[in-house]
Amino acid sequence: MPIVIKRRPLNFLEKLYLPEIARGLSTTFKKIWEKPVTLEYPEQRPTIPEGYRGVPTLVKDPEGREKCVSCQLCEFVCPPKAIRIKPGEIPENSEYAHVEKGPQEFEIDMLRCIYCGMCQEVCPEEAIWLQNQFSLSGYSREELVNNKEDLYELGGTLPDEHFKWRKKKEAAEHGSGH
Amino acid sequence: MDVNPVILKFVYAATVVSVIMGLCSYAVLAERKISSWIQGRVGPNRTSLPLIGGIPLIGKFLTRLGIYQPVPDGLKFLFKEDVVPAHVNKFYFIMAPVIALVPALTTVVVVPFGRFVTEAGEVIPLVLANVNVGLLFLFAISSLGVYGVVLAGWSSNSKYPFLGGIRASAQMISYELAMGVSVLPILIWVNAPGREGTLNLFDIAQAQSGFWFAMWMPVSAIIFLVCLFAETNRLPFDMAESETELVSGFHTEYSSFKFGLFFVGEYAHMVVGSCVFTLLFLGGWNPMPFVTLEALGFGEGILGAILSVGIFSGKMCGMMFFFMWIRWTLPRFRYDQVMKLGWKILLPLSIANLVVYTIFIFYLDTKL
Repeated sequence: MPIVIKRRPLNFLEKLYLPEIARGLSTTFKKIWEKPVTLEYPEQRPTIPEGYRGVPTLVKDPEGREKCVSCQLCEFVCPPKAIRIKPGEIPENSEYAHVEKGPQEFEIDMLRCIYCGMCQEVCPEEAIWLQNQFSLSGYSREELVNNKEDLYELGGTLPDEHFKWRKKKEAAEHGSGH
Repeated sequence: MDVNPVILKFVYAATVVSVIMGLCSYAVLAERKISSWIQGRVGPNRTSLPLIGGIPLIGKFLTRLGIYQPVPDGLKFLFKEDVVPAHVNKFYFIMAPVIALVPALTTVVVVPFGRFVTEAGEVIPLVLANVNVGLLFLFAISSLGVYGVVLAGWSSNSKYPFLGGIRASAQMISYELAMGVSVLPILIWVNAPGREGTLNLFDIAQAQSGFWFAMWMPVSAIIFLVCLFAETNRLPFDMAESETELVSGFHTEYSSFKFGLFFVGEYAHMVVGSCVFTLLFLGGWNPMPFVTLEALGFGEGILGAILSVGIFSGKMCGMMFFFMWIRWTLPRFRYDQVMKLGWKILLPLSIANLVVYTIFIFYLDTKL
């Protein structure tokens, strides 16, 4: 059923326009003194809500070890095929030799990335995160392909306390059933 | 020192025109700032000049205020590409912006902006041309401004500008009548038998040492103000431009400096309109009703003259603010509403007002 809103006919003062105009003027005059709502962008940044999907980055764990084990799931799941990973062995003499693998090269082409966050969702190691950065620009196509160094620089350290690979190592050394 | 009076007149004219142009450019800034304040924004706040902008505190403050904004605003018009579309009537197309601006600057000559009292007690108006038909001259010339709009609309040979031009002329005809009739009570009062007859704006302002005309002729004042908005093509009467309906109205096809001339013309009209309203209804340079500068002891000499100019410009700036305040408060009238308001309400009202005040002034002049 349609909703019929009864319009009250204008009373005499309203028909005169002028009192209503004065009312409007007082409203706008009050607005002049209010604080502007403008966010002056380059100086003032908006607060980024939690769970925001910005530029994808690679993170390190609190020990400073790169979390990525180059399983290539993100490369596989990435809808626009923006991710290229070249897996590599971890050298024998490394502190983290017990970790399965590490990426030799890791590139995310930001011209292709659609910020869908599937790489983050699929990552078993929680190594790839879409973080707060939302504006990104460059003068050439090459500039907008983030390589491994860029990704780690953008990502920083994830303060989680899993230490999955340390526990694995301890388990292997001490033979506990973990 | 003897200076050729003709040269002196040129100097005065150049000074007044540059002051008006300066006022126009800062009126644009004021418009932008006031609109942004009313809409909860910040407004122009980045433009800075290399040296002055670098002064600590003050430079930053002035930059925030947008004081330097008029410079790029004006230069922008000079450096943009000046497009003359192929389908226009070139002669009138190029003439139209000039015709829009010239009347606005011409009317300035009869607008007094202060007075100077010599030691002998002689009152000298500060005006470029102290002509006796001041008000008539002003009405006659300022109405010519619409020709610029009409010509622009017609010569653009394009439908939206054409509609804008037609609307402008219709609106001008409708509101000119009510405007003229609404000031007649003032002229009747100023030219009453026994007084020295005049249409001089200076004398009209001087006649308001007691009540200001806005106080005892409020209906005249309101009608005149509404018509002033219509004549200057300001919102809520900017039928000729009405960017939501007609793209940009009469200046749709204009770019660069020609558009700049229209723009300056609009604001020059506003400045002159504010001056005229102040002179006719707000007591000119009298600081308060029943208080003249003479009564305050600032009558004679340079100080008195400066004070009179200051008070006058203060009132004028107040009027300018009012113009902008109205613009950012009211939506545009529909075209038929504009016509209805002009012919069915303002014109009869102004005639009734004239009749009532004629009888009232007759009573005041004869019976008292």
